[in-house]
Amino acid sequence: MKVLYILLGITGIEFFIALYLGPHYGIPSHWINPIYIVLTLFKAFYIVAYFMHLKFEKLDMALAIIVPILFIIGLILVLTNESHYWIDLRL
Amino acid sequence: MSTAVAQPVDEVKSTPWSGGRSPFDVEYGKLMMWFFLLSDAFTFSTLLISYGALRFSAPTWPAPSLVFQSFPGLIEHGAPLVFVGLMTLILILSSVTMVLAVEAGHRNSKKEVVTWMLFTILGGIMFLSCQAMEWTHLHSEGFWWGHVPTVEVMKEFFKGNPTEAQMTMTSHQFANLFFTITGFHGFHVFSGVIINIIITVNVLLGTYQKRGSYLMVEKIGLYWHFVDLVWVFVFTFFYLV
Repeated sequence: MKVLYILLGITGIEFFIALYLGPHYGIPSHWINPIYIVLTLFKAFYIVAYFMHLKFEKLDMALAIIVPILFIIGLILVLTNESHYWIDLRL
Repeated sequence: MSTAVAQPVDEVKSTPWSGGRSPFDVEYGKLMMWFFLLSDAFTFSTLLISYGALRFSAPTWPAPSLVFQSFPGLIEHGAPLVFVGLMTLILILSSVTMVLAVEAGHRNSKKEVVTWMLFTILGGIMFLSCQAMEWTHLHSEGFWWGHVPTVEVMKEFFKGNPTEAQMTMTSHQFANLFFTITGFHGFHVFSGVIINIIITVNVLLGTYQKRGSYLMVEKIGLYWHFVDLVWVFVFTFFYLV
């Protein structure tokens, strides 16, 4: 199944970055982390669209699922940003 | 009112939202499964977001590549991310076998459905066993809910030079969050395996052949893919980021 190879490929890239590219070239983690998150979102899209078949359902239903998830993604971004302000407030 | 134009009596309502049919063209159970998965996604997101918020507002944190560098039972050190890579592979493959089971259901091929479902169940059990081994290994190092290893052991897991208070506090947070989140996920995998077993028994008994559709396999397939999806995120947040 083509989607499986895409998923394995993306996971392989993530591992490659984690184990080789990151440590070897010393790329700071605040560049690498967004890359991981973007790759993970790609994987999530492929799983939901093809394995869960959402791509082939009616658009209305797909939106009913996808729009709330966009809110979740927004919350992720807002709170990671917020956490950078918390550093100075904590111990 | 009495001069209202008479509508043709047998005009068929045909727009999706005019009633009498599912507006999204899906069966009720399937739509409800999607909404349940959406609510579960919110639950997992709250857990993962709180992990992120706590971790990135902490002065230091155990480095994942140092904590997770063993292959329980075989290698003690120096194999970073290998074991969790295996777990991810197992779960993704079990999702693939689930897709194949659903596809066999569309062709009403009972024998193939059973075969692929059994492989999916096997994958789930293998994943749970691996997770149990990971937990046991971390526990043997001293991590548990509300419990951290001794200072000498903890030092190995941090990069840089944190103070003992910092190490203790963040190790506590790390341990609590790790076991809670992976435990919650593992519970979902476990219940998924149980439900998969029940559905497979039903397939063997011929319930869906009689019913005329293997839709139930499709619905449980949605749940299983969701479990895989959550693992992808847990894996990214705990082991990579």
